[in-house]
Amino acid sequence: MADSITNKSASRWRMPFRIKIENRVDNPPRWLTPVLSIFAVIFALLIGALVIWIGGGKPWAVYSHIARYSFGSIGVLSDTMVKAIPLMLVGLACSIAFRMKLWNIGAEGQFFLGAFGASMVVLLPILPMEAPKWQFILMTALFGMMFGAAWGFIPGFLKARYNVNEIISTLMMNYIAIEWNNYFIYGVWSESGFQMSRMFQRNSWLPRLSDLADRWSFFGGLTAHMGLVFAIIAAVILWIVLNKSRWGYEIRLIGDNPRAAEYAGISIKKNIVLVMMVSGALAGLAGTSEIMGVVHRLQGAISPGYGFTGIIIAWLAKLNPLAVILASILFGALILAGREVQPAGIPTLIQGLIMVSLIASDFFYRNRVRITRQVEG
Amino acid sequence: MNTEKIGSDNVVQMRSITKKFPGVIANDRVDFDLRRGEVHSLLGENGAGKSTLMNVLAGLYRAESGEIYVQGKQANFGSPREAIEAGIGMVHQHFMLVPSQSVTENILLGLNEPRFRMRLTEYNQKISEIAEQYGLHVDPGAKVWQLSVGEQQRVEILKMLYRGANVLIMDEPTAVLAPSEIAELFNTLRTMTNEGKSIVFISHKLQEVMEISDRVTVLQKGKVTSSGLNIGDVNRAELAQLMVGREVIFRVDKNPVKAGEVVLDVKDLKTFNDKGIQALNGVSLNVREGEIVGLAGVSGNGQNELAETMAGLREVTAGSVVVNGKDVTNKPVKLGIRHGISLIPADRTLVGTAPNLSVTDNVIMKNYDRTPISRGWRVISSEANNYASMLKEAYDIIVPSIDTSVRLLSGGNLQKVILAREISSEPKFMIAVQPTRGLDVGAIEGVQKLLLNQRESGAGILLISEELEELLTLSDRIYVIYEGEIMGEVSDGDINKIGQMMTGTPLEQIEAEGVN
Repeated sequence: MADSITNKSASRWRMPFRIKIENRVDNPPRWLTPVLSIFAVIFALLIGALVIWIGGGKPWAVYSHIARYSFGSIGVLSDTMVKAIPLMLVGLACSIAFRMKLWNIGAEGQFFLGAFGASMVVLLPILPMEAPKWQFILMTALFGMMFGAAWGFIPGFLKARYNVNEIISTLMMNYIAIEWNNYFIYGVWSESGFQMSRMFQRNSWLPRLSDLADRWSFFGGLTAHMGLVFAIIAAVILWIVLNKSRWGYEIRLIGDNPRAAEYAGISIKKNIVLVMMVSGALAGLAGTSEIMGVVHRLQGAISPGYGFTGIIIAWLAKLNPLAVILASILFGALILAGREVQPAGIPTLIQGLIMVSLIASDFFYRNRVRITRQVEG
Repeated sequence: MNTEKIGSDNVVQMRSITKKFPGVIANDRVDFDLRRGEVHSLLGENGAGKSTLMNVLAGLYRAESGEIYVQGKQANFGSPREAIEAGIGMVHQHFMLVPSQSVTENILLGLNEPRFRMRLTEYNQKISEIAEQYGLHVDPGAKVWQLSVGEQQRVEILKMLYRGANVLIMDEPTAVLAPSEIAELFNTLRTMTNEGKSIVFISHKLQEVMEISDRVTVLQKGKVTSSGLNIGDVNRAELAQLMVGREVIFRVDKNPVKAGEVVLDVKDLKTFNDKGIQALNGVSLNVREGEIVGLAGVSGNGQNELAETMAGLREVTAGSVVVNGKDVTNKPVKLGIRHGISLIPADRTLVGTAPNLSVTDNVIMKNYDRTPISRGWRVISSEANNYASMLKEAYDIIVPSIDTSVRLLSGGNLQKVILAREISSEPKFMIAVQPTRGLDVGAIEGVQKLLLNQRESGAGILLISEELEELLTLSDRIYVIYEGEIMGEVSDGDINKIGQMMTGTPLEQIEAEGVN
């Protein structure tokens, strides 16, 4: 029945054009990947504009407001960077895991454990109160990465040994991580009953640009901190590892075809555990830099879901560590200036739209679309 | 009734069917007829066009030319649904069932009745009755995932019977079954023919064809070599001859090479397959330098498992694998690679290559961690690219650039990538599993020449193939494997012996009978 209806209408009216979709039989050109990503972002912004317009807002005003409050001056640019730093590091954490098709959804939890590890150095204390700054930088980074790695090791080991689905285990471990931190915030390190630890002493903080204001007044009031250096170094190292090293080749091979990797004599189990640990360490470093560079105490609300935004960023950057830096700055801007627009709602909506458009844009990467004139039959 | 009116007992007649695929003529003016109440076998090697012919009958493919008559009336099915409405149903090699649903739900899937409410108990009853009638024992309420492969096949048969099939096409139905299940299937088939239904039995297993058929039609390379023979009038050897054909289409020059030291020595090898069933049951064989040793057998008799155990990809439960005097039993894959074992896997895309990585990344798979391609922790891209360019030239791999993803390569070129990689590692022992499967004639010749060159340069090669012709052309000796055991070894290329061993008769028994 349904067939006959469509047949009838088809004979009455015909499309003047025929859209033909075919699989690409050649490698897509190099420029296609970044161009598609940019178009996906533009497309998401357009849909966002439509929603703002329907809601009675002025899309152009909203977007220019966001632009002004994220890139408009050196001050806000510095704040954008502060938001971008944790995103860069979790974005990198997701990128390396996703390269191996290891779906680490647990960057959020690893972030919390990283923050915990760093706090431990100050609060336990592992270093004396008045230890020099460089010792704090080194030790907090080390402990943050260790605890993040440990949190990555558990699901990695479970996957390698018992084939436990890492999506579920990493996701669930996020909640454990948050409660783990809560235990210390509410109980062990609680400052006079508040749900937070004491403020860390100044010499343990990560250096900020404003610290240089004594010498160059230009930097006065700028909050961007040393975490940015960590993130950029990590991105460069990760890029080299993935593209130039033996281990990177193994990761790429396993990611593309684990059976081929096995046949080439590469241990998949070992790499699952290793990659999960590196991924966890990077997310842990994100937690460290956030706590030592921005918050300066262990408390509950240290992440507005950085670990999950990292997934979008990794995807937007097509798992390229250097592109992660750029994608994170874009999202840092959205998070920072978005709050100027609306506490929740539109900015979050745009993030989601970007993710969906990106996934959809893969279609154009895989297929070629041809539009031809309909020939009268 | 209808048939009697026409005055013929032919349920199906196919006249001069021609079906082409790009580059191949799968069926070349094929005639086929099927009588009421008979089992008619379609016999032929892989790629002979048996399944294609039946897919035309079942409405999956349309033939370029030719006519089909069902019950005397001309038919031209545009879809399987039209075919089943005319009473023709096909049970494919790969079942099309929904694992999470019950048997009844699977059988009712896609039908107009029941319209909305499933009324499962009522339909369970109906299906039980049909199952009872034909001896197809399966619980209609069971979920498909709980069923054994044999039971799932029964569900597929029931599906067709429930839709009123008079003609049932079974595509290699025994390939997935255990011997006891085969016996049960044959009982069912006989019950069905007694009820007046007709069955087309597609197979390349001679023994089964002899056992179950009333008549047999043999196809070879898309053409009928023998049509509608009564099974009583032929013997197994004659069928094997019809199936393989004496004449070899093209000859490859094979220079005499003196076999040297033993490079592979396998003793009493045992292992399980993925389902945990014994796949190898004490296999012993050896390969010497400068020798191509063939391993013949119907697919699924342990060939893949044997290749995998030798390469270190599957655990050996008993026995030993010695390569070049070094015991590599249950050793890591890398150790085998270091000792000069090389494997051309049966599945080019699933195992042999990483489809989204470049040609370069694919050719360095076995030596990415050795100099000159690797230094320290690094992979030197310039070295890797040089290596890939060199192989592209030497093996004439046709690809726009070495950066192209290999998923875009044709089957023949993909196989060249694998061969280039495996041969350039200068292996002492090479396992080639179905190296020419699915390739066109030109590519086949290229691959075979590469294998012969390897033999001349002193490597030992174990060639695992289902193409008897290829085995006979290339091999110095041939082992035959059946259900995980070696049935015997021939060096004179005696097709009759090989054919009988492939169907489970040990060489000693054949020779004993020959003496009598």
